[in-house]
Amino acid sequence: MKKNIAFVALGLATTLLLAGCASGADSSTASAGDATIEIGSLYEPQNLSNFGGGGQGVTEAFNGNVYEGLYKLTDDGSVAPLLAASNTVSDDGLTYTFTLQDGVTFHSGKALTSADVKASIDAVLADDSQSARKSSFGAITSIETPDDATVVVTLAERSISFIYNLSYVWIINADATDLESTEDGTGPYTLGDWKRGSSLSLTRFDGYWGDAAANSEVVFNYFTDATALSNALLTGEVDIVTSVQSPDALSQFTDNADYVVSDGDSTTKEILVFNDRVAPFDNVDVRKALYSAIDTKKLLNSIWGDYGTLIGSMVPPTDPWYEDLTQVNPYDPDLAKQLLASGGQPDGFEFTLDTPSYDPHPVVAEFVKSELAKVGVTVNINTISADEWYTKVYKAQDFTATLQEHVNDRDVVWYGNPDFYWGYNNPQVTQWVAEAEASTTTDEQTAKLKLVNEQIAKDAASVWLYLYPQIVVAASDMSGYPVNGLNSQFFVYDIALN
Amino acid sequence: MISYLLRRSAFLLVSFVIAMVAIFVLLRLLPGDPSNALLSVTATPDQIAAAQAQVGADRPVLEQFATWFGQLARFDLGESFISSLPVGPEISARLAVTVPLTLLAFALALVISLVAGFVAATRADRWYGILISGISQLGVAVPVFWVGILLVSVFSVGLRWLPSGGFPRDDWADPADALRSLALPVITVAVVMSASLTRYVRSATLDVLGSDYLRSARAQGSGRGEALWRHGLRNGAVPVIAILGIELATTFLGAVVVESVFSLPGLGSMLLKAIQQHDYPNIQGVLFVSTLVVLVIGFLGDVAQRLVDPRLRVSISGNR
Repeated sequence: MKKNIAFVALGLATTLLLAGCASGADSSTASAGDATIEIGSLYEPQNLSNFGGGGQGVTEAFNGNVYEGLYKLTDDGSVAPLLAASNTVSDDGLTYTFTLQDGVTFHSGKALTSADVKASIDAVLADDSQSARKSSFGAITSIETPDDATVVVTLAERSISFIYNLSYVWIINADATDLESTEDGTGPYTLGDWKRGSSLSLTRFDGYWGDAAANSEVVFNYFTDATALSNALLTGEVDIVTSVQSPDALSQFTDNADYVVSDGDSTTKEILVFNDRVAPFDNVDVRKALYSAIDTKKLLNSIWGDYGTLIGSMVPPTDPWYEDLTQVNPYDPDLAKQLLASGGQPDGFEFTLDTPSYDPHPVVAEFVKSELAKVGVTVNINTISADEWYTKVYKAQDFTATLQEHVNDRDVVWYGNPDFYWGYNNPQVTQWVAEAEASTTTDEQTAKLKLVNEQIAKDAASVWLYLYPQIVVAASDMSGYPVNGLNSQFFVYDIALN
Repeated sequence: MISYLLRRSAFLLVSFVIAMVAIFVLLRLLPGDPSNALLSVTATPDQIAAAQAQVGADRPVLEQFATWFGQLARFDLGESFISSLPVGPEISARLAVTVPLTLLAFALALVISLVAGFVAATRADRWYGILISGISQLGVAVPVFWVGILLVSVFSVGLRWLPSGGFPRDDWADPADALRSLALPVITVAVVMSASLTRYVRSATLDVLGSDYLRSARAQGSGRGEALWRHGLRNGAVPVIAILGIELATTFLGAVVVESVFSLPGLGSMLLKAIQQHDYPNIQGVLFVSTLVVLVIGFLGDVAQRLVDPRLRVSISGNR
């Protein structure tokens, strides 16, 4: 009996080991243009629709790759035409006429017409739409399609960001159904397989209207654990990691000639958000005091090492209205104490910081707590789940201060909304935000939003602790991948294996 | 035996229904709003309302309960709150990972523990017998994920023999590829499971070795091996079979834990994500399947024990 069992054990172990060695070689050995690119990501889509809560994963995998808009936001933050060949704007700025690219077909074979564009914009505006851009299109009064290649959109008031906002609207075949698990876009790739919980593959679309993709297949491999993701890169199971979320793992790649670490621009801001409606944070001096009491440089360094950027306001460097405002509220504990005194809190005070339980917020909260203790302000850290954050902080606005990351570009305009959860209410800022949107030129818009930017910094509407780095790590034989993480998009069509 | 089977089946059914009701009620008692997982930090009041409507969180709990049980009766597990995709097909796709992982790990754990337990008992006085006992004591205390991380750093990152995680996109189309992906997870779960199983096998074997009937058999002229084979195996198997059902269920749970270490698209990773998002239909679906599996394993374990051990048939079911 002993012998038999030993044989079985040996047999099983051998099978497993043989299986291990059999296909141990790397699979991406095809010629350059036909390579399969393996990408590692932490953001699996929930579903494949960007109207129904697909999350940032569907943007990463599909935006510009499977679906295209009339315009696209390029990796450097500018807006370029895509499915729109040209457009004209009426003198009053209210009527936009778009001419569509010739020869565009959907993956299903149907030709793109203006009716598809109208249906796609209508879907964003629908009552049950979860699209993050719904509120941006409030000015639209009508969408006309005089012929198959022309779309005319009429607005109720000027909207300088209209073209930019269109870069978020995917043009989808109006006849397509089941957009939660299939797709019908015009992009350089079609959906291959989506294995939920594991991976999603994109296959080069032979009927693409523009330049064909530089690779034949791209696979997004999804991980829930950052260490597992690093291991997959180390063992060659993935070629590129879209966004490294912790600097701890980076040392394995920075000093290794087999990998390239890119430090790009992100638009994700870590913010200490005050409830500006409630005491003591309804007082500008108190808010400024807290800003000056926190050594943001030391905080950024302790979390990200040499990566990341300090910001003095809500605007990241890739937004057109960026200015360096880091010295408006300098780190200066003595100044902080003076401001506390002039704000009516000479002996300090105590407040509760609602801290989301996931990284990096708990570490940031501890740092803020120790910094503020030095100027006599006591922080009580209240750890809450992401779910509780939405219920308590966002919907009920029942909080004194909280930590949150805001990921989008051009989102300084939320300080012009007095009903927003942080309760910043400066009528002058609200007016500037409205005027910026009604601008006739982008220069005018930029000038107005710079005013907003400067004013919220002077008012210390929130404490903008730092801008996350966007770190892409790739095997050194890869080229053509995007290095900036604007709005989570990740264009894969230029990636090639050298 | 038939009346026993009927009674045991009725017990299975009742416990299953109770479990389902408990799962439903407990989920609703948890604080949290499932529609929150659909929101972004710039959601408008319109979108908040639309999200609530999508998950049906604004409907009365009794109505949700009736809907769910109505669907269950038609073998329909409903649709995910978050993705709006049907739960049933996703679970069956993920079982293609979790079931082979569990069974392979269990088989391997069984082989390891039978050999190790037997050796540890029959060679209790030798250094390797003592070593096996020691290691199995230690193994009981080691968490599954830690073993997984250790194996990855040695066999995957270090030696590059096996992948560090993931599963082939085409599932089992290439069985060697799929087995390669499962190798480290299987070994991880098996190593941890075999620690406690080894201890059971060892003590069962020690009991048998010290028993009177074995001594009698030897006295009647059987060799040691023959006596063990003819008399020891069946007697020694009874206590081991009794715990096998529980151990198999524990292996299943171990597989669920180890999936996230190895990024495997199984039931466990589905459950973890669903819990984070308060995605009740997905949580209920996974718990439905796993509860069913555990209860059926328990049922089969009890039945198997009766088949092996005639004393149970006589003394208990015979008297009732």
